[in-house]
Amino acid sequence: MSNQTTVGEGTEARTIADKTVSRRRFFYFMGWGFIGIFLITILGSVIRFFFPRILYEPPTRYKVGHLFEYTLGVSGKFKKQFRIWVVREVDKLYVIEAKCTHLGCTPNWLAAEGKFKCPCHGSGFTPDGINIEGPAPRPLERFKVELTEDGEIVVDESSRFRGERGEWSKPGAFIPV
Amino acid sequence: MANKTDKRDKLKIRELLKEKGISGVIKDLILNSQIWRSFFRHGLEDTSKNRMLTTISNVFLHLHAAKVKRHAPLFSFTWCMGGTTFFLFLVLTITGVFLMFYYHPNVRDAYWDMKGLEYHVPFGMLLRNLHRWGAHLMIITVWFHMFRVFMTGSYKSPREFNWGVGVVLLVLTLLLSFTGYLLPWDQLGFWAVTVGTNMARATPLLGHEGPFGEQLGMTAYNDIRFALLGGSLVGGNALLRAYIWHCIGLPLIVGIFMIVHFWRIRKDGGISGKL
Repeated sequence: MSNQTTVGEGTEARTIADKTVSRRRFFYFMGWGFIGIFLITILGSVIRFFFPRILYEPPTRYKVGHLFEYTLGVSGKFKKQFRIWVVREVDKLYVIEAKCTHLGCTPNWLAAEGKFKCPCHGSGFTPDGINIEGPAPRPLERFKVELTEDGEIVVDESSRFRGERGEWSKPGAFIPV
Repeated sequence: MANKTDKRDKLKIRELLKEKGISGVIKDLILNSQIWRSFFRHGLEDTSKNRMLTTISNVFLHLHAAKVKRHAPLFSFTWCMGGTTFFLFLVLTITGVFLMFYYHPNVRDAYWDMKGLEYHVPFGMLLRNLHRWGAHLMIITVWFHMFRVFMTGSYKSPREFNWGVGVVLLVLTLLLSFTGYLLPWDQLGFWAVTVGTNMARATPLLGHEGPFGEQLGMTAYNDIRFALLGGSLVGGNALLRAYIWHCIGLPLIVGIFMIVHFWRIRKDGGISGKL
């Protein structure tokens, strides 16, 4: 009986060995449990700390003028401000992100050669953004475009369309003219 | 009582003056003064014991072994690459602190502060170049240190743990170099960090373009790259974060690992000793 504790009363009395549940083990797990929870909470807070709630970054939704302002071809009018090209074809208008799909440099539009060319590693793209040379693995991405009621073009960077997934023909990827 | 001892001391000094002259007596008095003895607690005689005490009673030297085997520090065997790396780390720490006095880690000032260091800060060009070339050199010496440890088989048991610590230090050295790259805020550093952090997009699980990233709900606004940059692009937050990791975060971590690294050298049988 020395290392056993009697629990309960009467006929249904049960015995529990001291080895499995003891005051010492209870406090051992309580103590280390609280320290563990504390440290995990701190670690979680530190990780969360590195993800800011507010960003002072350029807007991801903005207007780039009216349809009639764009003639056929590639326009670099908003490249410096929003890092995009506005491309007008005969039957549609779309917006290409000026960001190489290789490692994210900003390509240049070479009007004389009729192609986009990345200065970092030499990737080349056709005027509609399809990769034709260099290390770029896929076409340039396009941003969502829509028209306001008074006919202004709105670019929405929060949704993007990827050519290799066949998303360029989806609604929102272009404005039919 | 006091007078008697004073007289005795004066007598002693007179004898010493005859023996050693004035400068000898002054030197003798200083070396035996309580202040001097409190700084240098070991005996003055050039004995084996005192040489050992010189090392082990000094906080800056006590990480060293009190005695080293004659063949251990042979230059042809160690190339002194670990020591050179540590020396460069100290040079980079000191020159880095000086550079911090003239550098504001924000988008508006960073580039011009770097230019200012080159053109009008007294000794600025020297400091910047010491820091820059020291950093390049440290990367090289770290790799050579690793190469020599590998070629001499110094990674073998019981030194395998220290090899592991060394690999961590190598990665930290590369990270220090990478974070420092952005700080001049010039085209070179900006695009290097743009490309480098774009690789973080492809991190498995934690990056929004990596394996299983998309399935786990990773976007450009909640993945590992976002946490590194403090945003979705290389901007002011990224510059500040690179600066803090470069000047405070990583050096602290490197310091801790260096202490372990140096201590383990002794515990595992000293530099390049046979076991």
